[in-house]
Amino acid sequence: MEMLDLTVAVLVSTIAAATPLLFAALGELITEKAGVLNLGVEGMMLVGAISGFATAVTTGSATLGILAAVLAGAGLALLFAVLTLSLLANQVATGLALTIFGIGLSSLIGRGYVGTPLDRLPRLDLPVLSDLPVLGPLLFGHDALVYLSVALVFAIAWFLGRTRPGLVLRAVGESHDAAHAIGYSVIAIRYAAVVFGGALSGLAGAYLSLAYTPLWIENMTAGRGWIALALVVFSTWKPGRVLLGAYLFGGVTILQFHAQNMAAFQVPSQILAMLPYLATIAVLVLISRDVTRIRLNAPACLGKVFHPAG
Amino acid sequence: MASQSTASGNGPPRLELRGITKAFPGCLANESVDLALRPGEIHALLGENGAGKSTLVKIVYGVLRADAGEVLWEGQPVSIGSPAEARRLGVGLVFQHFSLFESLTVAENVSLGIDHKEPLDLLSARIGEVSARYGLALDPQREVHTLSVGERQRVEIVRCLLQNPRLLIMDEPTSVLTPQEADKLFETLRRLASEGVTILYISHKLDEIRALCDRATVMRGGRVVGACDPRQETARSLAEMMIGGVLAEPKRAAGGKPGEPLLVVDHLSTTSDDPFGTDIRHVSFTVHAGEIFGIAGVAGNGQAELLAAMSGERLSPTDAAVRIGGEPVGHWGPSRRRNAGLAFVPEERMGHGSVPEMSLADNALLSGHGGQGLVKRGLIRLDLVRHAAETIIDTFRVVATGHHAEARSLSGGNLQKFIIGREILQQPKLLIAAAPTWGVDAGAAAAIHQALIDLAEQGVGVLIVSQDLDELFAICDRIAVLFHGRLSEPLATHDTDVERIGLLMGGLFDQPPDEAADQSGRTHADPA
Repeated sequence: MEMLDLTVAVLVSTIAAATPLLFAALGELITEKAGVLNLGVEGMMLVGAISGFATAVTTGSATLGILAAVLAGAGLALLFAVLTLSLLANQVATGLALTIFGIGLSSLIGRGYVGTPLDRLPRLDLPVLSDLPVLGPLLFGHDALVYLSVALVFAIAWFLGRTRPGLVLRAVGESHDAAHAIGYSVIAIRYAAVVFGGALSGLAGAYLSLAYTPLWIENMTAGRGWIALALVVFSTWKPGRVLLGAYLFGGVTILQFHAQNMAAFQVPSQILAMLPYLATIAVLVLISRDVTRIRLNAPACLGKVFHPAG
Repeated sequence: MASQSTASGNGPPRLELRGITKAFPGCLANESVDLALRPGEIHALLGENGAGKSTLVKIVYGVLRADAGEVLWEGQPVSIGSPAEARRLGVGLVFQHFSLFESLTVAENVSLGIDHKEPLDLLSARIGEVSARYGLALDPQREVHTLSVGERQRVEIVRCLLQNPRLLIMDEPTSVLTPQEADKLFETLRRLASEGVTILYISHKLDEIRALCDRATVMRGGRVVGACDPRQETARSLAEMMIGGVLAEPKRAAGGKPGEPLLVVDHLSTTSDDPFGTDIRHVSFTVHAGEIFGIAGVAGNGQAELLAAMSGERLSPTDAAVRIGGEPVGHWGPSRRRNAGLAFVPEERMGHGSVPEMSLADNALLSGHGGQGLVKRGLIRLDLVRHAAETIIDTFRVVATGHHAEARSLSGGNLQKFIIGREILQQPKLLIAAAPTWGVDAGAAAAIHQALIDLAEQGVGVLIVSQDLDELFAICDRIAVLFHGRLSEPLATHDTDVERIGLLMGGLFDQPPDEAADQSGRTHADPA
């Protein structure tokens, strides 16, 4: 029975650990499907995390905190979009700069908030259902954002695969010249995709600071933004695989926490802490060996500057 | 032979342009252009690269706005602000390139090009109808990257036809088609014209225009310089109207006897790692000294892979599969092959044949560092490099400001002359050139052809890989056809004709006749 409880605990915390990755990676997936590579995910997550935390602490409302995080992420993404889409700056360099900027800005805003306590985002509590053994905590015991993140996986898969705006978005990422020649506004569509991606990155940050570990620590994303970026590639731009990847990373993260607590493991904790990253990179490398799949799914115009020539 | 034009003098023209002017920074692309297109006519728009044809088309299709001038549609002044507005009026455009999305299906591609929303399954049914009506077989569920070039063009045409256009603009539609595919296209176009659709047909290929079009307007330097009935003209007179001067045709001295084998390719097979690429299968051929050997074929049949295997960018599975001057070089890289006397002119002149941002002198050094002593003990001898660049510019009459000009500042034709000149001046034993005059205008093309002929007459072996049959027939001694990664038996140019090579380009060579007929119908995939 104790073993079962432990398993359930591990699974529940896996879901919590995976959720911010899922948000950030889904946002980046939409951005990349439109043909834009935004490497600023880490920075947008951090600014989202502190904006959400500060707002929640100040107003006492978690909902306002989440909203603030979404707006902050979207705002940073808009800045990125202006620089890369309107002013034609290099996307890679601008994305890296955005991450560095986000780290600095979030530390600045967060100076007064280090160590401030905050209540965790409330978990769903249904009569009967949430009290079921095993199934209760696994299915009916999470906060609202967890359900939102899973719903988003299906919504985005449906949007990209089944709707006309989704088709147009893919077309813009596939060949911006062709889309422009047919008469689609490449720049406007990319603005929308980048801002949506930023909003989800902000939401991912809010999940970290409001739900996963409800407090503010400098640089609390700890590279999750980069993992989210890698997940998009590892999933070959498919929302369902993003879900799998995020849960894999989350699972290994939680397992190594538990391993650190077990006396039987004589491995330095730093090595264990590396595991999720190593596991993700290893899977990434294995998947990337299939060049064909990557080439077929990758947006062909990813990262390319578009300027409508005459 | 051409469609009985329903055009008559009465009624307003379908489209009339009056005094269209459009300037780009540093160039006047259109200067008071007047053009009137009647209902039901097939009208050719002729001109060299940079004559302003594409700009004019973009203005009509709403991609660009004219600085001055008037557009009249069926007699009414209109302002076409976007492609969607143009389509609403009834203008359809079949693009020269880049308007299909490789990873999307035919139905999705068509859906993107029409303005009203329509569920994909209904649309697929309509695609089936239209393609059956005009003999343009298409499977709506196929992904575009699996289609041949001819099939891709059908997608574009069907996409236009679904909107019932009154004016159909075709921008260089046959540059990538086999002669038979082009004939089929012409049937479709004549049929459309007989139904009252106006067709504006843009092409370099003068024989096609003579066979297809009722009227022609000639542009040069952004202006309309003449109009004619192409059926009353010769290809030569049309070309001279386009360039505004006398066309020098390349001359090939009567074929001498071929010398010793210089390039021997022996059962070469390679596997492409590009998902859209083609595997080379058991390709064998020999290029002799003093011979120009042509490889014809529609793009995407293994040309890129074969060229990479020749230049050494891709190594061959066995050393003996490629031999240059008797030496097995299959495992040699590009530099070693160059040292063995190979010169190579790739298809893509910007980025592959030259570095666009570097000066002509630096570009001259790039492939010429081997034999000419331009580099001494690892140091570049700048004076010699500059001199080499100037020599190329002078010898091949490259229009450039000097050896310091950036490669990208040159027009396509001039850059191509520079690259071919660079390779020729290295005095190679063997020259391999891909699409040497692709997108190059008539004057420069004639100069390039003459240079290749002169080279062969000095005893150099020349291999040309090209889609342009006119080019191959003008200069080659023997022609073989590449199809789906296989190479046909070479045919002596004087023993064959465009018709025969065209059939081979459609794939009719490596199977018995009845199967072959079946093969030609392979695009009739069942849409059900």
